[in-house]
Amino acid sequence: MGDYLLLAWTWARASAQYRTSFVVSIVSSFAINALDVIAIGIVFTHVTTLGGFSLREVMFLYGTGGVSFALADLLFGNIERLSQHIRAGTFDTMLIRPVSPFVQMAADGFGAHRIGRLAQAAIVLGLALPVVPWSRAWMVPVMILCGIVIFTAVFTLGAALQFVLVDAPELANAFTYGGVTLTQYPLSVYGEQLVRGVTYIVPLAFVNWQPALYVLGRPDPLGLPGWLRFAAPLAALLLAGAAALAWRAGLRRYRSTGS
Amino acid sequence: MADFVLYLRLFQYGFRRHSTYLAAALAGAFTNTVFGVLRAYVLIALWEARPGLAGYTLAEAVTFCFLTQGFIGPMQVFGRGLSFGDRIRSGDIAFDLVRPAPLLLWSLAEDLGRAAYLTIARSLPPSIAGAAMFTMVAPVSPWFVASFVLGIVVSFGWRYLVTLAACWTTDDRGMHTLSSLLTFFFSGMVLPLGLFPGWLRTVAEASPFAAMVQVPADMWLGATPTWSGLGFQLFWAVTLLGLGALLTVAARRKVVVQGG
Repeated sequence: MGDYLLLAWTWARASAQYRTSFVVSIVSSFAINALDVIAIGIVFTHVTTLGGFSLREVMFLYGTGGVSFALADLLFGNIERLSQHIRAGTFDTMLIRPVSPFVQMAADGFGAHRIGRLAQAAIVLGLALPVVPWSRAWMVPVMILCGIVIFTAVFTLGAALQFVLVDAPELANAFTYGGVTLTQYPLSVYGEQLVRGVTYIVPLAFVNWQPALYVLGRPDPLGLPGWLRFAAPLAALLLAGAAALAWRAGLRRYRSTGS
Repeated sequence: MADFVLYLRLFQYGFRRHSTYLAAALAGAFTNTVFGVLRAYVLIALWEARPGLAGYTLAEAVTFCFLTQGFIGPMQVFGRGLSFGDRIRSGDIAFDLVRPAPLLLWSLAEDLGRAAYLTIARSLPPSIAGAAMFTMVAPVSPWFVASFVLGIVVSFGWRYLVTLAACWTTDDRGMHTLSSLLTFFFSGMVLPLGLFPGWLRTVAEASPFAAMVQVPADMWLGATPTWSGLGFQLFWAVTLLGLGALLTVAARRKVVVQGG
């Protein structure tokens, strides 16, 4: 933990040295993600509800999923660059240092500019908060926390996959960036098979969809059991366990390229 | 004739350079397909609520979605610059500017080779997967092929300008981000431009970005008259390449003054 903070702080200070470049990166990270919200806004100029949810409710889903993802991406997202390090041979250096390779990978080149994305998602969430009734507001921090764990686990699984598929790191994007795109809209717009898949196999439905059904007081459009709304912590723990095992397995079978 | 052989070679090199990374291209195609499925469901929800929106039927909207996912690779919709961007930073561009073949045509030939490979590796898989999972419509006009190629040329013309701009700005990252923002949003990648409200739609539809994605897709769907679509793309291709040629001359002067 202390190692992580030290490394992250060092990298953040390093990137802030080039002030203009740093500011430009924060602004662009903000702007690129704002396009998604503009798209949602444009969609809602043509309809009043999408998949049975109003604009505010969709923004609530977008905001919670987005904040979770932005935090996971800020804190651990650099792990997705594993294949670059393997190919360049710099991963070997990390293995002989007295700090966990996971911590080193997560903190390596710590992208402080990603607070742009975080700020954007947080603003959307703030605008959507009026849809949350007071009595159910406790669920919001819980779901964000579980979302962070789930997305971090997905990032880690994607990285573990890169131990095997060194040449195809982009495959992981389908699950990480695809995952956050999925959570931006109510799952009721997606096909039933897809929703079952992200409920029982890759538990992205627990990032915001299931808990949000509780917060917004909605019946499940697919009629899935009601206790699933409170199962996010369990899903997050299970996925994190799977990710830890996969990372260790990958690390064990790793053979340096020798270059 | 010798020129033709040279550019053909460069085309082949561009093709071969990218075909080395087959696994990466297939991973990209997979990711493009996953995003295509997600986008398709959102469009389906929208079109089920408002049939005939933007003049498309539901099947046409789904087709639009998977076609445009397939354009990401060849048209470089994320706006990434050309490979000589690194050479501007290192100063090697000075050599490129005095080569007997003009930088513009030379990199165009190479970029077309790249696009040809990515069409096979990254455009076909999402389109086929989309057709297997959803109902899509067949191309209406054979002119789609010409429109597709023109879309790539317009995209090249734009990226050439963005890349060359690094001769004047010391930090080109902001420029590239701005480029990907504009390209992604105004090309029709985020949503079909027909859904944009009022003046935003007018601006987007007149922009060169529309010529990269929206127009070729409309050509497939038969949603735009053939000649006005192709004419619009041709206009932007000629304009951007012309600007590129002018900027190259200016860059040569600039780089020589700096001493390379």
